[in-house]
Amino acid sequence: MCGATEGGLSLDGIDVAKEAIIQGQVVRANVNGQGDPVGNAYVRLLDRTGEFTAEVPTSATGHFRFFAGPGEWTLRTLAPRIQPVDTKVTAEVGAIQEVAVSV
Amino acid sequence: MSRETALVTADWVEEHLDDPSIVLIEVDEDTTSYDKGHIRGAIKLDWTTDLQDQVRRDFVNKEQFEALLSDRGVGNDHTVVLYGGNNNWFAAYAYWYFKLYGHEDVKLLDGGRKKWELDSRELTDEAPTREKTSYTAKDQDTSIRAFRDETVEAIGVKNLVDVRSPDEYAGRLLAPAHLPQEQAQRAGHIPTAANVPWSKAANDDGTFRSDDELKEIYTEAGVDWSKDTIAYCRIGERSSHTWFVLKELLGQQNVKNYDGSWTEYGSLVGVPVTLGDEAGEA
Repeated sequence: MCGATEGGLSLDGIDVAKEAIIQGQVVRANVNGQGDPVGNAYVRLLDRTGEFTAEVPTSATGHFRFFAGPGEWTLRTLAPRIQPVDTKVTAEVGAIQEVAVSV
Repeated sequence: MSRETALVTADWVEEHLDDPSIVLIEVDEDTTSYDKGHIRGAIKLDWTTDLQDQVRRDFVNKEQFEALLSDRGVGNDHTVVLYGGNNNWFAAYAYWYFKLYGHEDVKLLDGGRKKWELDSRELTDEAPTREKTSYTAKDQDTSIRAFRDETVEAIGVKNLVDVRSPDEYAGRLLAPAHLPQEQAQRAGHIPTAANVPWSKAANDDGTFRSDDELKEIYTEAGVDWSKDTIAYCRIGERSSHTWFVLKELLGQQNVKNYDGSWTEYGSLVGVPVTLGDEAGEA
C-alpha cells in the first residue's frame, strides 16, 4: 500500500488536527505465533453506553479507521467463525489511537 | 407489506441464484465493494452516480431511472432482491427508491453483504451480462418521501424519528464515525424528534430483529403509532433502513423518509435546532 500511514490507510486530504482518530489492524495468530491480517472482518464502534455508532469492513490488509469524538469507545470485531472481540479505546482530538485486535 | 414479502434470507437467495425471474442487485456505501467480490449473478448500482442527479441535489428523474434499469437488464416483472454492505443501509435506500418509482416486487436480503460474508458464503468477481429491457417507471410516490417544508411543519405534530447515533443526535458528532467530521451544517437535531438509532433495529450480523422486539423499541422511544411518521438521518440512507422497518416489516401506514435529512435541515436558515440528548420542545 504505497504512501500508507502506520495505520495502513491513507490520511491524504484529512485534517488530522481536527479529528479524533481510532485506527488499527485486525490479525489472526498463525502457527508461527505471528499475526495474519484479517481482511474479511467487521469492526463496530460502540459509544460509552455501548450504543452502536459506526461500523467498517476491514481492508485487504486488515486495517480499519474511525473518526470518533473525544472519549471512551469500544471496538467490537466480528469475523467469520469467531465470537465477537471487544477492545476499549480512548480517543482525543488531534491524536491517532492505534489499536491492534487479535481474533 | 410484511416480513414475508419484503425480506428474504441468505439461504433463500442461495436457492434462487439461477432463477431467471430474480435480479440480485448490490448497492454499497463503498461503491468499490462489488468489484472485490459479489454474490454470483448480482449486478451493481452505484448510489453516487446511478441514483443521484449529477448536477442538482436530487434523484435521477423517471426517464433516467427507466434508462438505467433498461440498460442494466432489469424488467418490470423481475423480482428485485437488494443487498449491500453497512448493514444494508444503501440497499434499503435503493429498496425505498425502487418503491418510489413503483417497482412491484422488491425485496431485501436480511443481513446483507455482512451476513453473507460472516457465513463464509461464496462471492465471485465475475460480472454477469444481462439482456437489455424496456423498463417503465411510475411517477414518484411522494407518499413515502418527505421534503423540507413538511418536515418543519411536522415538529410537534407528527412522529419525527432521528435514526442517527446518539452522538450525532446530541450534536457531539456531525457524521457517522467512519467519516471525517468537518462539515458545513450545524450540529444537533430537529426539536421533538425521538432518537432511535437505526442500529437498534438490527442484530450484530445485520439481520433485522423480530417484529415484537422492533415494536417495543419504537414504542419505548415514544413513537405514537396513531400518528404519521417522518424518519431522517444525515443523507437519507440510514433512515431508509428505519423506513423499511416501520413501513415494510411492521406495516405502519404513512411513513415517509426525509432524504434531505440533516445535511439539508442543519443548513437551513431560521429553523429550530435542539442540542443535547433531550428531544426538545416544539
